[in-house]
Amino acid sequence: MSSGTDGLDMNSLDMNSIGLGRDITADDVVDNLSFFDDWEERYGYIIDLGKQLPPFPAALKTEDRFIRGCQSQVWLELQHDAENGCLHMAVDSDALIVRGLAAIVLAALNHKTPQQIADYDMADYFSKIDLLKHLSPTRGNGVRAMVSRIQGEANARL
Amino acid sequence: MGPALAGARIDRGRARVNSLFDAETLRAEFPILGETAYGKPLVYLDNAATTQKPRAVIDALAAYYLHDNSNVHRGAHCLAERATAAFETARDDVAALLNASREEIIWTRGTTEAINLVAQSYGGSTLKPGDEVVISSLEHHANIVPWQQVCARTGATLRVIPLKAEHNGELDLATLDTLINERTRIVAVVHVSNALGIINPVQDIIARARTVGATVLVDGAQAVSHFPVDVQALDCDFYTFSAHKLFGPTGVGVLYGRRALLEAMPPYQTGGEMIEKVTFETSTWNQLPYKFEAGTPHIGGVVAFGAAVRWFRAQDRTAMAAHEADLLAYATQQARAFPGLKIIGDAPNKVAVLSFLLEGAHPNDVGTLLDQQGVAVRTGHHCTMPLMDALGIPGTVRAAFAPYNTRDDVDRLFAALEKVRRFL
Ligand SMILES: Cc1ncc(COP(=O)(O)O)c(C=O)c1O
Repeated sequence: MSSGTDGLDMNSLDMNSIGLGRDITADDVVDNLSFFDDWEERYGYIIDLGKQLPPFPAALKTEDRFIRGCQSQVWLELQHDAENGCLHMAVDSDALIVRGLAAIVLAALNHKTPQQIADYDMADYFSKIDLLKHLSPTRGNGVRAMVSRIQGEANARL
Repeated sequence: MGPALAGARIDRGRARVNSLFDAETLRAEFPILGETAYGKPLVYLDNAATTQKPRAVIDALAAYYLHDNSNVHRGAHCLAERATAAFETARDDVAALLNASREEIIWTRGTTEAINLVAQSYGGSTLKPGDEVVISSLEHHANIVPWQQVCARTGATLRVIPLKAEHNGELDLATLDTLINERTRIVAVVHVSNALGIINPVQDIIARARTVGATVLVDGAQAVSHFPVDVQALDCDFYTFSAHKLFGPTGVGVLYGRRALLEAMPPYQTGGEMIEKVTFETSTWNQLPYKFEAGTPHIGGVVAFGAAVRWFRAQDRTAMAAHEADLLAYATQQARAFPGLKIIGDAPNKVAVLSFLLEGAHPNDVGTLLDQQGVAVRTGHHCTMPLMDALGIPGTVRAAFAPYNTRDDVDRLFAALEKVRRFL
């Protein structure tokens, strides 16, 4: 649980400014993706979603934030809000599509309580947006590993 | 240059002429090439990972299970004899392919197992502290990790032939005379780099190894499908490759070993098939090659692989090679003209593999967006992480061509890349 950094000053990442999971919800993502019928629109949207995520300062790209099992590099920062109990998250990746997929995950899980995260039906969400193929372990993009890391952090706080 | 090579020169004035080699006829033998991906015709350029299989191989696999299935070398009945004959004929076919004798051809699960066999049996029984094993910077993990592990166990040291300073992917052969020395016991090098397609000058490396009496293994996984390999002419001690990269099924590999070495080596695995006589106290080993083939082998796979080798040997290999050279030249020419594209491993002596990066784009993003357009490539480190580290890159996008690819496939690759470039 080394990435839970309660109360620590992470000065250069403003977790609250990330609108995913608050201004952009899972329902928004499902609605928007259902609109598109060609790959260019779909991936254009996914990549744009990824741009909602601020790049990590180099100091935050540490081993304990690193998500293993990815062909691309992925880092997850997770902070527990002592006031309202919510988990605030940020993700960075050197690959645009992985960053976009991470944003899709955060649209569902960010700024939520551990209970809300534990109760959330990710499989249903992913099947609605037809992104299951990105989640097969063989894709090696680490989205599955990212989701289990977040769920693990949530479960530990139930 | 033989007549077939000359014939492959292309008339650039004609549209869509691939070469005199008839790739279209060849394509018709590969049913899977008719598949679509997301509704688009498939352009399969992941041939270094595995080649597709011609009808002859698929039929042989089905025919084996339909008509001949039985265990080999055992049953005193008709099917057992048919299965054994087909299984052993495949060994003869591979022996002929490599110019070896049949006792020197050992079936394994693939290149990986073949290298592990040599590292554990030969390396494990001969290496001592102070000994050195030499590999190269271009190795696949399959020809790194087994040596690393056997070195750790025996106290031997692993040494690595570095890349040239200009980083075009070629090995720095100037280091050979110091790297391969009187302490060197084993030299294990890749014949053709899977990540970059570069053909290593293995004959120079083998010649140097000979002067110090070192034993040589050549990892030929990416070589055998592209040019003839003669283990006698190469003068190597071990040669390894996988059936699935030579139009055959997965789960079958080949280890060629020099007879005298194989005779002297302890078994790799023990059990049925590989024994001569067993008591509870002791066992004696079967003769070559069976001494290294414990348990029931992948009989159907071996039989189908025999069909693959016969199919392959019946092709006009010179024309095939010329066609591949044309595809590489055509792809390289387009790559050089493509804005922001950097060829990784831009060396003169290559098989038909184009490894590259697009400026500012992660290789995985490029691969995903090519896939959406029906173009299958491999992206990432290609199981050569130390090579990627040495080149200072996270990975590459790799288009690896087979004889059934065409100039049209190359055009579709670059049309798709153009979309990716505008996209990212
Ligand atoms: C050069 C090289 N060596 C070894 C291997 C491992 O082969 P296999 O996975 O079939 O055992 C490969 C396969 O990618 C390869 O390209």
